[in-house]
Amino acid sequence: MQKYDVIIIGAGPAGLAAAIYTARAALSTLVIDESSAGGQVKTTDQVANYPGFAEPVAGHELAGNMRKQAEKYAAELKLAADITDLHLSDQEKWVELDNEDKYTAKFVIIATGSSPRLLNIPGEQEYKGGGVSYCATCDAEFYKDKDIFVIGGGNSAMEESLLLLQFVKSITVIHQFDELQAEKITADKVTTNPKVNILWSHEPRAFYKKENKMTVEAENLKTNKRIRLERDGIFIFVGLVPNSAFLKNTPIQLTKYGYVITDPQMETNIKGVYAAGDIRDKKHRQITIAVGDGTIAALEIIHKI
Amino acid sequence: MLQTNLEHIESEEQLKELIENNEKAAVCCGRMGPMCIPVYDIFEILQEKYPDTQFRDMDFDIPAAAVIKGLPQCRGFFGLPFTIYYRNGKLVKATSSIQTAKQVKSVIDEVFA
Repeated sequence: MQKYDVIIIGAGPAGLAAAIYTARAALSTLVIDESSAGGQVKTTDQVANYPGFAEPVAGHELAGNMRKQAEKYAAELKLAADITDLHLSDQEKWVELDNEDKYTAKFVIIATGSSPRLLNIPGEQEYKGGGVSYCATCDAEFYKDKDIFVIGGGNSAMEESLLLLQFVKSITVIHQFDELQAEKITADKVTTNPKVNILWSHEPRAFYKKENKMTVEAENLKTNKRIRLERDGIFIFVGLVPNSAFLKNTPIQLTKYGYVITDPQMETNIKGVYAAGDIRDKKHRQITIAVGDGTIAALEIIHKI
Repeated sequence: MLQTNLEHIESEEQLKELIENNEKAAVCCGRMGPMCIPVYDIFEILQEKYPDTQFRDMDFDIPAAAVIKGLPQCRGFFGLPFTIYYRNGKLVKATSSIQTAKQVKSVIDEVFA
């Protein structure tokens, strides 16, 4: 079993910020991520509200710089590595990866963030990339002058809809409530566009595909009646879910929504185990806040070691 | 031009050479977009884990990408990137849109085992 001072699970902004601090403090630091470094930032087209960049910076560039900075100070990264076993207690902490290597540390920071929520309905996975999309920036041009659905009514759904409107002939928004949850200024831009109509109080139950046409079977949440509507494509933007499934067999306390509960110093109910970033139970989720969380967790560890 | 650390495929000849001269090859054809960049990153990481597999990327907007776009297996693809796996000169798998590291590893373990 290889020993480190700190193991950080998750290589997004929170995990990398923590790694920069612990590695600069000469603590041996291992960062593990099941994917590549950068978390959700790397899938963000442009970041315009991160201090220090007068002009918007590409998300992948910001993420890449965070990774380089952590590695510059000798943080060790194990990427595309799946955790197959995990033990977190006050006395002992270790992680086993899919290559059967085992790592232990006195301190662990959980920074696994969150991921786009899936609808988990029939047809969603089957037609991903073949009629079902999660990114307007990437796939809007495939739907030039076509009719599409947008599923969701929050900020991301409306912001992505504004981009889609530059390409498509029409958008039918399917939303589970009677009003949009997005900020009014953005929502108004979408709802006043003549190319947009909204199916209120409906939720998709299944997607079907025939040739190049997509059908949504949607249920009216007030009457429970189901209807089928056909368009050319479906874009899904229905929020985020915490990446905490790997913690379910540990004693770490989670909220009913799966977020990790911490004290203001980012420590969980297990001594020496911290959580930082979007995985943590809190009101606001931003890159800057994730970086702050990671910094606090790292400083707490540096002072304790 | 894609800004990645992968070797780029820039012509039909390069693609043909890659497929003909390597038992296992994977090509990720996309742009510098949010759904594509994670797959390039995963390819970069997996190069070390799968040394017998050749990983390349290809700009979706260069003329040579017409070969990928025109593949029968990519008909009905409406999500970038298009990721193509070749074994012994034959296309054995094609995926559309973003893939997680776990999904890419699963495809490699399935088609290149």
